[in-house]
Amino acid sequence: MNFTAFRALVRKDLILYFSNRRALIMSIAAPIVIAAFFGAIFGSPGDKPTRIPIALADRDASVLSQAIGAAIKADPAFEVTSGEEAAMVELARHGKVRAAIVLPAGLGAEAPRALMLGGAKPVVAVHYDPSQAAAMTLVRGLLTQHVMKALGDSVGGGARGAGSFSLPFTTEAVESTARRDAPYNSYSHSFAGMGVQFILFMGIEVGVGVLLARRLGLWKRLRAAPLSRSLLLGSHIVSGAITALILLAIIYAAAIGIFHVRVDGSVAGFIGIAIAFALLTSSFGLLIAAIGKTPEATRGLAIFATLVMVMLGGAWVPSFIFPPWLQTASLVVPTRWAVDGLDAMTWRGLGFEAAVMPIVMLLAFSVLFAAVAIWRFDWEEPRS
Amino acid sequence: MLEAQGLGKSYGNRQVVAGLSLSVAAGEIVGLLGPNGAGKSTTVAMLCGLVAADQGRVFVGDGTRRLELTEDTPGAKRRIGVVPQELSIYENLGAAANLMLFGALYGLAGALLRERVEAALQLVGLADRAGDKPQLFSGGMKRRLNIAAALVHDPDILIFDEPTVGVDPQSRNAIFDNLELLKDRGKALLYTTHYMEEAERLCDRVVIMDHGQVVASDTLQGLYKRLPAVATLELEVDGAVDLAALGKEPGITRPTQDGARLHAGVADLGQAAPALLSWLAARGHAVHRISSGRADLEDIFLSLTGRQLRD
Repeated sequence: MNFTAFRALVRKDLILYFSNRRALIMSIAAPIVIAAFFGAIFGSPGDKPTRIPIALADRDASVLSQAIGAAIKADPAFEVTSGEEAAMVELARHGKVRAAIVLPAGLGAEAPRALMLGGAKPVVAVHYDPSQAAAMTLVRGLLTQHVMKALGDSVGGGARGAGSFSLPFTTEAVESTARRDAPYNSYSHSFAGMGVQFILFMGIEVGVGVLLARRLGLWKRLRAAPLSRSLLLGSHIVSGAITALILLAIIYAAAIGIFHVRVDGSVAGFIGIAIAFALLTSSFGLLIAAIGKTPEATRGLAIFATLVMVMLGGAWVPSFIFPPWLQTASLVVPTRWAVDGLDAMTWRGLGFEAAVMPIVMLLAFSVLFAAVAIWRFDWEEPRS
Repeated sequence: MLEAQGLGKSYGNRQVVAGLSLSVAAGEIVGLLGPNGAGKSTTVAMLCGLVAADQGRVFVGDGTRRLELTEDTPGAKRRIGVVPQELSIYENLGAAANLMLFGALYGLAGALLRERVEAALQLVGLADRAGDKPQLFSGGMKRRLNIAAALVHDPDILIFDEPTVGVDPQSRNAIFDNLELLKDRGKALLYTTHYMEEAERLCDRVVIMDHGQVVASDTLQGLYKRLPAVATLELEVDGAVDLAALGKEPGITRPTQDGARLHAGVADLGQAAPALLSWLAARGHAVHRISSGRADLEDIFLSLTGRQLRD
């Protein structure tokens, strides 16, 4: 074997790789950041568990139901909002809480009787957010624990360890979706998440396309034409937005046609969010073009940034399992507004008013990205 | 038609172009020559309005149609066509589609645009490939399309930044024919290159740059007159020649020796050749071959800057 040549080739590869500092930083930063993200989500044994936001409506207002309510509120696993049934159910439907527990009228009278004598059991309705159904199991388990404890206290300990008794109530799990007659379609959320992710990838290509045009001299030809800077950048924003909009339309056409996803909310709101997200995508692409150096390094960095945004946006794992600080932080990530907005207009079946905030936030991010892009855009030709 | 007055450009502390002035008249081809790093590309970028000059001004047009070129004067930019050094065409758009796009950037539309596209493709010999994508073209064809893209809006001034890099001789000749045709049509052409033979074949006047400054600007005849030697002698001789002594002989300039090959510039071929042969014979150097040639732009550049053009 020609060892000199072999050593020279190996050395060449190492020098080329390690001299590309952006690629090197990416290779190191990406696993660290993603590992830190998942580590933060799933926590360590010593971490304080994330409190699950739930809503509680007490239609009974009996001693027993109040005791159950107090126990639920005292449970460190929950962060409880209480109020009228309709308002609490609406909170679940908007995704503000993972579940809304409705203690029915007559619970205080019927539950002890059902426990001791059998007969009709009161029904505790749990309206839950079907996109985050994993929380439902925990809610149901803790609810049972608190009902049994409160009941035991009220009947003198008879319910403790009540292995021979049946549960003195039943729970009715109600999906908080647009229509009671239409079950939650899990494709709705996954299409929102993946649509957002891959359309942002298209936005990356818009930005990398500008960088390639610079490298190929095409940008020089465009700049030599009698065109203003705003026209040049504006054309990229519009073409990128139109492309994003077409892609989103095709993705949702497939979702609706094949996977029976429905826009149960405001169609105008859905279109508004789609347009705002399309503008966000193209302004994100322009930002990439403005701050990127080489197409190769920029593509890697932008994909990494997109994946982080998508993770924080709740497209990969539900945001409720994020630690509280991360849930708060994710509100300043545009993908969170896009995914939540599309969810709201599809399976949540919310009205146009629920689309307003996502549209405003997406447009605000678009303006921010575009402003930074215009500020940072290098209009000078490469120095020679 | 195109006039630059005292252009200057710095990047940080590095002065790339300093006090550069040049002009190109209608029906004239002016060559802009200089080695790599001389400031040609920055000069071209300023002449196209791609880079704002720190000092100086650029004007296009004559008389009442004279306009100062700035980024915000579309009227001036519209009269310039630029052929960048790179292949600045969209590989996956058809040839005609490329030209339609570039024509539209200059405000052309409809029948006029289609007419101009056909004319530009005709000129560069690609009319029969109008629908084909450049990714299927040879390097020479792509270069010709690159030129056509600058012609489609029928500009008065054309700026070519080394348009024949990597082009085969046949395509190069076709490009030269195009440029001469454009010159005959009254266009003003600025042509940057570091190929001497291209400048000698094409250019009416030559501007030579070095270190960001114009070191000479004249017609080819005018430049040759500046040379201390108008002809060269090349001889194959035995032994090492005393070049210092030879250089002091009247009518002999810059003698160099590379192995057996002795090269020298001479002011008058008729007088210098016999004198040189006698001088060599007197010092015992046998001469096996002798040839003469005319001094070229390479010699002019060497005499002006002390450097080879392709250093």
